[in-house]
Amino acid sequence: MSEFEDPIVQLLDPAGQLSDAAAAGAFSTEQLVGLYRDMVLLRRLDAEATALQRHGELGLWAPLKGQEAAQIGSARALGPRDFAFSSYREHGVAYVRGVDPVDMLSFWRGTQHLAWAPKKFGMYGYQIMIGAHALHATGYAMGIAKAGNVDRADPSENEAVVAYFGDGANSEGDLNEALVFAAVYNAPVVFFCQNNHWAISEPLTRQTRVPLARRADGVGISGMRIDGNDVLACYQATSEALERAHSGGGPTYIEAVTYRVGPHTTADDPTRYRDSVELDQWLLRDPIERLAALLRAQGALSAEVETDLEQDAEALGERMRAGCKNLPEPILDEQFEFAYAEIDPDLRRQRAELAEHLAAVGRA
Amino acid sequence: MTTKVSMAAAINLALRHAMERDDKVLVMGEDVGALGGVFRVTEGLQKNFGEDRVIDTPLAESGIVGTAIGMALYGFRPVLEIQFDGFVFPAFDQIVTQLARMRYRSRGTLTTPVVVRIPFGGGIGSVEHHSESPEAYFAHTPGLRVVAASNPVDAYWLLRDAIESDDPVIFFEPKRRYWQSGELETDRAASGVPPMGSAQVVRSGEHCTVVAYGAMVGTCLAAAELGEEHGISLEVIDLRSLSPLDMDTVARSVARTRRAVVVHEAPRSLGMAAEIASRLHDDLYYDLEAPVQRVTGYDIPYPPSRVEEDFLPDAHRVLRAASRTFEY
Repeated sequence: MSEFEDPIVQLLDPAGQLSDAAAAGAFSTEQLVGLYRDMVLLRRLDAEATALQRHGELGLWAPLKGQEAAQIGSARALGPRDFAFSSYREHGVAYVRGVDPVDMLSFWRGTQHLAWAPKKFGMYGYQIMIGAHALHATGYAMGIAKAGNVDRADPSENEAVVAYFGDGANSEGDLNEALVFAAVYNAPVVFFCQNNHWAISEPLTRQTRVPLARRADGVGISGMRIDGNDVLACYQATSEALERAHSGGGPTYIEAVTYRVGPHTTADDPTRYRDSVELDQWLLRDPIERLAALLRAQGALSAEVETDLEQDAEALGERMRAGCKNLPEPILDEQFEFAYAEIDPDLRRQRAELAEHLAAVGRA
Repeated sequence: MTTKVSMAAAINLALRHAMERDDKVLVMGEDVGALGGVFRVTEGLQKNFGEDRVIDTPLAESGIVGTAIGMALYGFRPVLEIQFDGFVFPAFDQIVTQLARMRYRSRGTLTTPVVVRIPFGGGIGSVEHHSESPEAYFAHTPGLRVVAASNPVDAYWLLRDAIESDDPVIFFEPKRRYWQSGELETDRAASGVPPMGSAQVVRSGEHCTVVAYGAMVGTCLAAAELGEEHGISLEVIDLRSLSPLDMDTVARSVARTRRAVVVHEAPRSLGMAAEIASRLHDDLYYDLEAPVQRVTGYDIPYPPSRVEEDFLPDAHRVLRAASRTFEY
């Protein structure tokens, strides 16, 4: 599943077999069903948003199909005091942090730039600039350390940050600078790279000659390479990394090896640049199917559970369709209030000019 | 010979012809190879010229410009694609501190003939950082030539000129006009396109001169049509070059119409219109019947796309500004 020979941590193989029974024993049936439920609902969320874009309700959408385990597994490891910074594809992380999927759509519909309140959910909004937020995550983590919120007497008071980014971001200066800062200040941050093998049309080999996880060695932090389609491995690795960060052990770089099954965005057509054979191979490693296989083998996935889940997925889809169309429209006049703490007289004049113009052309 | 092509196709053809003419010309950028760029501007080039000359780069804009500078020092002529306007900022350092200064620093002994192509401007309903108009930052930087195309034939010849130029050129392409088609004349003399550095009167008029560049040229031509219905005759100038400015062409027109409006999508303060208005006031103080009007984006970051229609200058705003010049 990877062009490199470096080992990959895996707890659940594509056939649904537990490859490390001892480690997997740490998961209760309830927890496994919960992770399955998350991934099924997330896949529906993603499909629904893609359909909304196709129907002209969204300007764009960045599908995450194939990356459900990487996002759900890692995000479920975060505690309420932890914080996430993400790129524009981490709808699954936002979902786990409690963001309303309808709010996620607002960004893609073009009604607002920041789709939810970061402090409320412990997660900053979608970042478009590749890798920029890795520095923000590192600085946020440096703040946590300065405030003394690592290695506390009561471990439940510890805080840490997870930065989500992709294989392409590893080439940006900001990402590399973030690794340097995090390392030298021993910041409580987890760099969670979803290596989905494609940066729009560019394959992984255009960004690196060695496994991305080896970046950790270059700056002297802990590194892990995991099966990104194995939700259990993603959960466990992120939990370990967060534990390290919480206890003052500093940053970790996790490379979750996964695959972008769909296009880069709804504006992209991957058939122009990639081989369907590669895609077919990855479809055999579906993150949801393998957990379903395990649960069925354990007798934990009854027809009733599946029916309930299907109904919930259907309800989610309906809520997204209705909610999307009812999202409040932005008003340009209001945007003038947000550029500065106080609106200055000069800008107030421009605002009045806008109002006057819109009235004159009958668009007020 | 003329053919009807889109601006994207005209730029593609300019790259193709420049590469055929000079094997030192290279294309570099994110997704410019097999994909042909996110706007398909480089479509087919890698197939024709190979991976050595049409280079998919790592995701690193500073890296794209910085390595192009090195290649230019070695003797190549790289033509770079920055995928979207907002993505040029990670490369801003290399452009401003290095690319712009190589000739000056070396007392004229070194040149870096790099072209940086940037799709710019709004109007395509996109997410943040995909609708920016960063041209003033570059026009404010000595050592860079800055140009903006407005139609297919202009884009073709401007790019050919930019690639021939021994100075670095920041080449702005109005992304919302990529798919509008026009006549492409590939014979230079017959094309009537002036050399890079010159502005061009694209519509003659009597009452007021409207100066624009990029996507706004089309908007101003629409305003001129609208003006005709209202008895106002607008002369439209496509600035084409933002640095240097061809003030002779602009001043010649304004000396006759005695009124001017300058239009851009970028925020107003310290934008291109401020510079042009200042120059016109310097040169034509006694000829002007009214202060030079500016129709621009507002001094706030680009808004969410659902409201961009209100933000972007349109034909009505241009015409209303032209009308104001008669109120003095």
